Amino acid sequence: MTQAPFSVKGQAGPASAAAASGAPGGPAAAVHAETAGPSGLSGPPAAPAAASPGSKAALLRRLAGELRAAVISAAWLTFLALPLVVFRINSAFGKIDYLWGRLPKLAAVTFLATLAWRFLLRRTAFSRVKEAVSEAGGPPPEGARGPAGRSWLSLLDRAPAKKALFLALAAFLLSVPFWTSPYVVLILITALIYITLGLGLNIVVGVAGLLNLGYAAFFGVGAYTFGLLHSGLGLGFWACLPLGALSATVLGLLLGIPVLRLSGDYLAIVTLGFAEIFRLVLVNVDFTNGPRGIRNIPPPSLFGIDLNGAVKPFLAGKGLLHPDMDLNKVLIYFIILAIVALTVLCVYRLENSRLGRAWLALREDEVACQAMGINRTRAKLTAFALGSTWAGLAGVVFASQITFISPASFDFMLSVMVLSIVVLGGMGSIPGVMIGAAVLILLPEYLREFQDYRMLIFGLIMVLMMVFRPQGIIPGTRRVYLYSPSPGAGGGAAPSAGDGEGQGEGPAAPSPAGASSAPAAPAGPAAPS
Amino acid sequence: MSGENAPLSPGVPGPEAGQAAPAAGDSPRDPVLSTSGVTMIFGGLTALSDVSFAVERGSITALIGPNGAGKTTLFNCLTGIYRPSRGTMTFSPEPGRNIPLRRLAPDRITCLGIARTFQNIRLFNNLTVLENVLIACHSRMKAGLLGALLRDRRTREEERAMADFSYRLLERYGLGPAVNHLARNLPYGAQRRLEIVRALATRPALLLLDEPAAGLNISETRELDSLIRRVRDSEELSVLLIEHDMSLVMSVSDLVYVLDYGALIAAGEPGDIRRDPKVVKAYLGED
Repeated sequence: MTQAPFSVKGQAGPASAAAASGAPGGPAAAVHAETAGPSGLSGPPAAPAAASPGSKAALLRRLAGELRAAVISAAWLTFLALPLVVFRINSAFGKIDYLWGRLPKLAAVTFLATLAWRFLLRRTAFSRVKEAVSEAGGPPPEGARGPAGRSWLSLLDRAPAKKALFLALAAFLLSVPFWTSPYVVLILITALIYITLGLGLNIVVGVAGLLNLGYAAFFGVGAYTFGLLHSGLGLGFWACLPLGALSATVLGLLLGIPVLRLSGDYLAIVTLGFAEIFRLVLVNVDFTNGPRGIRNIPPPSLFGIDLNGAVKPFLAGKGLLHPDMDLNKVLIYFIILAIVALTVLCVYRLENSRLGRAWLALREDEVACQAMGINRTRAKLTAFALGSTWAGLAGVVFASQITFISPASFDFMLSVMVLSIVVLGGMGSIPGVMIGAAVLILLPEYLREFQDYRMLIFGLIMVLMMVFRPQGIIPGTRRVYLYSPSPGAGGGAAPSAGDGEGQGEGPAAPSPAGASSAPAAPAGPAAPS
Repeated sequence: MSGENAPLSPGVPGPEAGQAAPAAGDSPRDPVLSTSGVTMIFGGLTALSDVSFAVERGSITALIGPNGAGKTTLFNCLTGIYRPSRGTMTFSPEPGRNIPLRRLAPDRITCLGIARTFQNIRLFNNLTVLENVLIACHSRMKAGLLGALLRDRRTREEERAMADFSYRLLERYGLGPAVNHLARNLPYGAQRRLEIVRALATRPALLLLDEPAAGLNISETRELDSLIRRVRDSEELSVLLIEHDMSLVMSVSDLVYVLDYGALIAAGEPGDIRRDPKVVKAYLGED
C-alpha cells in the first residue's frame, strides 16, 4: 500500500497507445473510454492495400487482375460443381438427365460468388486486426448482436432493452407449442437438446480448452441410465433426470483421471477412443439389449395427470392447440426449455467465477496456470465432470422424447455435430453456442425444400463460416470491469459486468456508469503521486 | 569440458554437499530460499550439478551465466516444474518457518509464496489484463463450485474484493488504464510488466524473474531497474532474477551468483563478480 513515486507513462513505453491516452490523472475514466475503441492498439498490418490511393491505371490493372482471378476460380468451381448440378441421376427410370441449361447459370453464380468471396476475404483480413478487444458477456439470448461499432445494434445493450428483449423471447418460446404444429415442437426439442449439449461441451472445449471428441458417450450415459433404470427398476423420468446427470458426471471424472496428463490432439484421440469403446460396450453387452436398444421409454409425468386424456380436449376445444399435438411432447419441450435456461445461468456464472477463470487459465497456458497457484488436476477434472453433467441431463430428456434408444444414436457423428456447434457458434461464447445449435439443427430442416442440395448448402455454409468468421458466429467475449468509486469504501474497482461498447450497466453496479458519465473523479488512492 | 570448471564441486556431491557452495564471503543469516547440492540430470546431460546457494531475505539476488548454463532449469526446479535428481531446496516464507520444496507441485509452491515470471512471456493472452491478475488471486479465494453457481453474498463480496485488489495493484504499477484490454494487445514492455504484476498478485515472499529485461530497450530496462526495487520495497519480498543484461544486474542486485555448465563458479557482490577471472573466462573464453 505504500506509494512510491512512479512514472506511469514512461514505464509503459513510448509505443504504448494504451498508456499514453490514459494519463495517470484519471485512470477510471480512461479505463472506460478505452474499451470503445480497442482498435487503436495495433495498426492494421499489410491489410489495407485495397485502400491505397493509386493512379487510375494501377486501379484498372488491379481490377483486371481481380476479374481474371475470379474467372479462373469460377471456371474451377463450375467444373467441380458440374456433377452435382448438371448431371442428375433419375432413379425412377435408371438413367441420367443432363441439365445443360443450368450451366450458364452455374457459371454466372460461381463467378459472382468468387468476386464476392475475394472482396470479403480482403475485408476480413482488414477487419481482423480491428477485432474487438471485448464485448459484453451479458445474458445470452439478446446477446445476438454484431461486431462492435453498429449504432443501432448497440441500442440492444441498454439494460431496459435487454430486459424487454429477454422477456419477449421468453414469452415467444413459451407460447410456441400453442400455435404451431407438432413437427415444429419436435424440431425445437431437438434444437434445445443440442443447445444443452453445446453449452456443456463449451465448458470442456471452449472454456477449459480440452478437446473432447467423445461427448456422445456422456449423452448416451444419460439416455441409457434412464432407459435401464426404467426397464429394470421402473423408475420414472424425474427420478432419472438427476441420476442420469450424476452418472454422466461420474463417467466424466473416470475419463478425466487417465487423461489428466494429456492435452490437445492426444486428448482428442483418447476421448474419441473412449466414446467408441462406450458404444461398442452398449452393442455387445447383454443387459443393454445390444443393438436392439431399449424401447418404450416413458414420457415425463406431471403429478400423474393424463395430459393427452384430460387436458388436451380442453385446450384443443378452445383452439389453443394443434389437434394432433402430443401434450407429452409439449411437456418435454417445457422441461428442456427450463434446462436450457438453467444451463445458461449456470455456465454464465461459472465462467465468471474463480473456477471458470481457472479453466480459462488452463486453456490459455497450462504452465502459467500452475504458476498462478491453480491446481491443474482439479481444474481439468471439474471441467470434464461438469461438462459431462449437462450431456447426461440432455440424454435423459432425449431418451424420453424419442422413447427408443439404441447404440446407433450415440455415434461419433453426434460428437462431431456438437463440436461443430461449439466451434461454429463461437468457442466460449454462450449466445454463440445457442445460435450455432439453432443454425446447425434448424438449417437442415429449413433446407429440406432444396432436397439434393440440402447437405451441399449446409456444408458450404460451414466452410464459408470458418473462412470468414473463424472465431464463430458470436465470438467469446471477455467481461469488462467498470471502475467506479464505491460509496463509503473510499473507492474501489466495482466488478460490474459491463459491455464492451461502453454503455452497459452492470447488474452489480448500483450507479449506472455510462461511457460519458463514467466517474471522472478517481477514488482517493487512485491518483499516483 | 566438465573437467575444467569443477574446482568448486569435487567428486560426486552428496545431498548435503555444503562444501560445494562457493565462498560467498558470509553465508546469509536469514535466507528466504536456500538450496543445497541441487543436481538435475536429463538422461546423460547434467543440467545442474550440485548447486548450493541462498537468497537473503529482502535482497535482490541475481543469477547470471552464459546461455545454456542452467539458470532456467534451476528456476524450474525451484517452482516444481522439474523435480531435481538430488539435493534439497528450502523455502522460508517467514523467519523460522522452513519448508522443503522438493516434492511439491507447482501450484503448491506458488501458494506457499514463490511466484515467477517466464523468459518468454506467458500471459493469458485472450483474457483481459484484469482477469490475468484475478486468476493469480486464485489461491487466496475460496469460492468453489457451489459458490460460483449460487453466487451467494460471500462469493460476491470475495469477487468484489479481489477485483478491487487487482485493480489497485495494476494501477500501482501503471497498468490501470489498460485493465480491460486483452493481454495480447498490450505493447511488449507492458506485457513484461503485467507478468510481474500478475506474479505479485499471488502475494509471494519470493519473486523469481526470468530474464525480465529480454526484449526491452535501454530506457525500458532502466525503468525495470527501478520497478524491481520498487516491487521489493513496497511488496516486502525478496527477488531472485536471471538476467543477461549486465548493466541491470550490476545496478540492481545485492548479490550475484554465476552459473556455468550447470555449476556455480562464483558468488559475490556485483563489483567483485565483474572482476572475477573465472566469470570473465566463462563469458569470454580463455585467451
